[in-house]
Amino acid sequence: MNPIGLLIEFKDGKVKNANFGMATAAKGPDQQLHALVVDASATEAKAAMEAFGVGHIVNISTGCSTWDPATQAAAVVAAMQQFEITSLIGLTSPASRELLPRIAALLDAPLIMDCIEIDLDGHRVKTSQYSGKTIATIALFGSHFIYGMRANVVDSLAEPVESEVVDFAFNMDPDTAYRVIGTRTDGSGGQYLAESDIIISGGRGLKNAENFKMLFNCAKHLDAAVGASRVAVDNGWVPYTMQVGQTGVKVNPKVYIAVGISGSVQHFAGMKTAKTIIAINTDANAAIMANCDYYAVGDLFDILPELEKALAAMKR
Amino acid sequence: MNIYVCVKHVPDSAATITVEGKTGINEKITFLVNPYDEHALTEAGRIKRSMPDIEVIAVCLGKASAENTLRSAMAMGADRSILIETDRTLDSIFTARALAAAIRSDGQPWFIITGKESIDNEGMQTHFRLAQNLSLPVATNVVKVDVNGDSMTVECEREAGTIDIFRMAAPCVIGAGKGLNNPIYPTFPDIVKSRKKDIKKISLPELAIQTPAAGMVVEALTPAEEQRFRTALTGSAAEVAAQIVDILKNEAKVI
Repeated sequence: MNPIGLLIEFKDGKVKNANFGMATAAKGPDQQLHALVVDASATEAKAAMEAFGVGHIVNISTGCSTWDPATQAAAVVAAMQQFEITSLIGLTSPASRELLPRIAALLDAPLIMDCIEIDLDGHRVKTSQYSGKTIATIALFGSHFIYGMRANVVDSLAEPVESEVVDFAFNMDPDTAYRVIGTRTDGSGGQYLAESDIIISGGRGLKNAENFKMLFNCAKHLDAAVGASRVAVDNGWVPYTMQVGQTGVKVNPKVYIAVGISGSVQHFAGMKTAKTIIAINTDANAAIMANCDYYAVGDLFDILPELEKALAAMKR
Repeated sequence: MNIYVCVKHVPDSAATITVEGKTGINEKITFLVNPYDEHALTEAGRIKRSMPDIEVIAVCLGKASAENTLRSAMAMGADRSILIETDRTLDSIFTARALAAAIRSDGQPWFIITGKESIDNEGMQTHFRLAQNLSLPVATNVVKVDVNGDSMTVECEREAGTIDIFRMAAPCVIGAGKGLNNPIYPTFPDIVKSRKKDIKKISLPELAIQTPAAGMVVEALTPAEEQRFRTALTGSAAEVAAQIVDILKNEAKVI
């Protein structure tokens, strides 16, 4: 049996849905799945992950009361060694962008982030390169293999098993060269663009910050996240964390609704893998209109209020 | 004191990428400094202006043509630069070893700063590996750097609205995020001055790097397929809205 580690992530105390597809992607006749849970609820992880064929939960505790990526990465490496895990899969999420490269560096192991396909037996992946303009097939070699998976690339498949929880305590001498001071949140968090099934994004056509409320109003009914183009961010209408594109967040939703966005190459680099793209723009010649599944030539200020009304009516 | 800024020579994000051979691309396109590295250069310049006796050294691993990127880096404020010249395509495991070796042979870093990722390979890892090779602390997606004596406090943007604060002892490695600053682009006199600045060229074999036991090899590169069925949604605003709801419900099945 080949033990595979899955780095489990939580949001608001619950296992993130994107972990389920990760488990399904990792499953195979020879794979033995281990959910690695770092400083979080193993009970919660067991309940969530055993529905998707994960038979082992490794409850890693570091004693850290705050987010401490250096210690937590070292703890994952120690747990991998303890349970003889040589392949580790995580999400390409904000937390994993910190943890996976630290783990790979500690093990001097190959790492590919943002994989759209993973072949665990052949140690081969597919990922996009050059701003999504090409797909690269990459072979990994070494003694350990670390993968960051793009969210939503594999649909989860229920496969209930009974899983067992093993505790793993990790202690590290405090590193004097690297200290965690703390974490500051401004309350604007809560949306996880990269892992959202539906994203509704606004661009230059929105004209100001106030008008983004229309997008949030629609998003609320859809449980969608709100994104933005670089123009909207550079104009200060919305924070940078909402930027979708080359130098922003790369997203892979089931549906991407682009409102008042022209669709530059750089914007496409961040959202071109969306399953369905719907564009709303007054300019029929905008680049986005030529590269989407559905387009409406029209004024967003007319269409958005109607869309919100229709969504609200549907909910009732 | 030395600030080393690692920069990468990458295709312009707007350039058309044409795959050549099995894994190559047509390189007759515009190449420039990796955008995230511009934030690193700008930050090094800002810190240099606030402190005496600082030398900023840009370091790049790449082909001979990467000299252009080093000229840009020097126009943006680096005092001199190092080009580790190679025609080989190297992964981040090897690249980090080469950068570490070049920096070690050049001098003692006060800190090393580079972009949090490159826009061509999007590996997101070289700075972590560089830090590991030099046994230094590292922070990524850094949006604020406060220097206090021989330590620095950095703020890192983890996700929307969440900022982590770390204190690192110098020397350390900083992965610059986009929120760090607004890049200061060079003026014409800066460009003229950069032509006289020194580029130290090292060939990769000179660094005598042992071939790592682990790595990543691109086996194939293919153009990303794009096929979308441009269907027009027409009618009044209410009709368009109704059609969008129908797509969400019956086709995408997300509601």
